[in-house]
This record gives sequence, C-alpha cells and structure tokens, in this order.
Amino acid sequence: MSITVHLPTMLARLAGDARSLDASGDTVGEALGDVIGRFPALGPRLRDDAGKPYGFVTFYLNDEDIRFQGGFAAPVADGDEVIVVPTVAGG
Amino acid sequence: MTATGTVPVDHTQRLTELPELSTEELQRYSRHLLLPEVGLEGQRRLKAGRVLLVGAGGLGSPLGLYLAAAGVGHLGLVDFDVVDVTNLQRQVLHGTRDVGRPKLDSARDRLLDINPHTHIETYETRLTSENALDIIAEYDVVVDGTDNFPTRYLVNDACVLAGKPNVYGSIFRFEGQASVFATPDGPCYRCLFREPPPPGLVPSCAEGGVLGVLPGLVGTIQATETLKILLGIGDTLAGRLLLVDALRMQFRTLKLKRDPECPVCGTRTVRELIDYEDFCGLRAVHTGAGVAEVTPAELVAWRARGDAIDLVDVREPGEWALGHLPGARHVPLGTVSSALDTFGHRTTVLYCKGGTRSAQAARLLQEGGYTNVWSLAGGISRWRAEVDPTLPNY
Repeated sequence: MSITVHLPTMLARLAGDARSLDASGDTVGEALGDVIGRFPALGPRLRDDAGKPYGFVTFYLNDEDIRFQGGFAAPVADGDEVIVVPTVAGG
Repeated sequence: MTATGTVPVDHTQRLTELPELSTEELQRYSRHLLLPEVGLEGQRRLKAGRVLLVGAGGLGSPLGLYLAAAGVGHLGLVDFDVVDVTNLQRQVLHGTRDVGRPKLDSARDRLLDINPHTHIETYETRLTSENALDIIAEYDVVVDGTDNFPTRYLVNDACVLAGKPNVYGSIFRFEGQASVFATPDGPCYRCLFREPPPPGLVPSCAEGGVLGVLPGLVGTIQATETLKILLGIGDTLAGRLLLVDALRMQFRTLKLKRDPECPVCGTRTVRELIDYEDFCGLRAVHTGAGVAEVTPAELVAWRARGDAIDLVDVREPGEWALGHLPGARHVPLGTVSSALDTFGHRTTVLYCKGGTRSAQAARLLQEGGYTNVWSLAGGISRWRAEVDPTLPNY
C-alpha cells in the first residue's frame, strides 16, 4: 500500500525537511514504522517507548482521528493520507 | 446548523430585552445591518454579547480589535503582562509608545479608541483554578488566546464545567490550529489532546519563534467564530479542527469527536478544577525536583575561582544565534540524548531561557550516569537581569 504521511514543520526537520513522506504498510502503525525506519529521530516524537501513541500527538487517517478506528492498528488503503497533529500552545 | 456546530448561547432572549442602538451606532454598524444574516436584531445581539478574552497577546490582539469594532458590547480581558518591544512584531493591539505599560491599559486605550460603545472589563491576574469559574460565569463565550499548556487545560476544563463555548486557537512558527470546544454535544480540548507534553518537549513561541502575521490569521478565525456564536448563524468549528499552514498557505479541516473516555466532557470524572501546573508536570520542574540548580551569582563565583566547568546551552539554534554566555557550547535539548558521550565528569552547567529545558537536559544526563550536573536557575533571562544586561532580551 502506498500512503502519504504529512508532518508538521516542527517534526519535518527530523525527516530531512520533508513535509510529506511516502510510506508503505497495511496499518497506520506499519506506515509510521516504515517512516521511522528511515528517520529514526522521528520515533520518540511519534510514539512512546512501548510503541503506543502519546496523548499529545493526534493522528488522523484522512480526516478521521485514528483513535476511533482502532488506533495504530487502523487499516490503510492505497492513496490514504496520515496527518500528524502535534499539540502547540503558542498564542 | 450541524449537530455538533449547535450554537450554545441562549438566543431565546426576546427582542424587546436586547439593548437599543443609538443613531451613531446604527451608522457605525451599517455594513452589518445590510447583511440579512446580521441585521438590526443581530447587531443588538452583539451589543448584548459578553466575551472573555484570555490573553491580550498575539491572538488576543486581532480578537480584541475585531470584536470591539464589530460592536460586541462587553469584552473581558485577562492578562498580567507588560508590553515588551519583542511583542510588537505581532501584537498589533499595542504600539511602540506602550512599551513598559501593562497590556491591559494599552488594550483598553486602543479598543475604546476603535469603539467607545464597547464596555471593557479588565482582570490583571493570571487565570487560576481559584478564580476561573467566577470570572467565566460573567460571560457568554470564552476565547482561548493563551500561550501555555496549563492555562489552556484550565480554560478548557472551566468552560466544560461552566457550560460555556471555548473558542480555541493556538500557533507555533508557521502553523496554527483553531476549533470551538465545550459546546453542549461537542468535543473539548482534552478530546483532541488527552494530556500535555512533558515540559520542554514542545518549544514555546518565545523559544521557537512565530511568524508575526500568523496570530493575525488564527485570531481573526477565532473572532469570526465568536461573532457567529453570538449571532447564532452559520456552522461553527465545533466538531472540527482547522489546521492553518502559512508556509504552504494550506487550510485543512479534520473531524473532531467527543471522546467517550474524556475525563472532563465524557465520563465527567473531573468535577472541579485541578492543579494545572502539576497536571502539566511543571511543579516538579519549578521545584527542581531531582536536579541541582546554580544561581547566576554562584556560577560567576565558580568561574572566578577557576573551576573547570562545561557550560552547555540547550536552547534552539535561533536562540543561540541571538546571543549566548561566553565559553558555552551548544547542544540543543533535542540532541542531548545522542550527544551523551560529549559530556565528561567535570562540573556540567546547563542553561536555557528560563530553566525548564535545562532541568530536562540535566535529567537526561543523570539518566546517562552523570552526577555532577547543574541547571542554571532562571536561565539566560535571569543571567541577563543579574549579570549581563547587554544580552538581548527575547
């Protein structure tokens, strides 16, 4: 499956300044694992030591929060987009 | 109106109970009165409206300016800061002549100049768990224009408990987020972000920078949502998260759902306001739990007597470029873990802007087996105040 992972600028610097990355996998977790395999510095910013999502980074599969679709186990289809939304507090 | 976009303000108020508009006001708001969606009744609803702005900074500036200009009758402003020259790049509510004045004084002058019909109520205080519910009770809508995680969670929880809509906006560098939380059936901030990041992980705008116009973009979106809520028109961002990317000039809307497990609006296990500094892990940092601190004066004395000290700046590259302490080397917090072998066992003093990130870095070194590790209390900001005023304030 070919899907696209979109990163915010604050994380793109850990992925060679790429804002959008092609990834493969059958689930959101596998696609993220593929990206982290190529850019290991992204790993601790996207998931905790146990491989679980943090409460302060929300992942969307297309326009739906993955928590309501099985979390990292949510299945992905060709052409899907995963959007990483980190918390920010500036005002 | 979508189900989650339901406008929560009571619009059953009878027309006869709404405030009248003077001849001058009718003229002033004529472009609104021409809009069928606003009209005379809508403008009177705006005059009856009470909006609380938490923060009179980057987001609060366009919010205050446009809500006052639009004819919102009562604006409450919460802030305790003083106008600083570094604010002027984006906080258009304040001018160069206001540097050094309390932001609330500057804001009041500017807003009353724009619209003398708006009543301005100021609260020169930090919003706290003790005062939040009392202050919020006076208002129809709360707008979150704060710049830190503890206050954002406080505003959220207080709005859910009080049943007031929370018009959310948040910014960093070139990107922003906006939504409307705490509507009767809609999600809240905790449904989006269950917990705050550990202190020091996510830089603030003071540490990472922000494009000056970005709060203008996001703040005017918040102002738009606030007016729609008061007027009871259109579909608000309740149930949706708007992402703004100024670099790509791309706007993306994602769906937000109430999390049934949310302790505030879902299970409702949080029934009162809590200690938000503690919730955000800041209490341990502020008390320096487990991390030894050295004051600027002590560090000056150590260096004067010739102690071999590894002085390490853990701030972001842009902050380092603005100015740094003489003799320091640069290891940004995000790279400390991978640079552990560059540290030795002589005295290591870490510093950042205010002492939070250096305490984080000190913990990483301690976990890596280093024991002679200190964090500079108050960071370079305190060093500037007590040792070297020529360093730039930022």
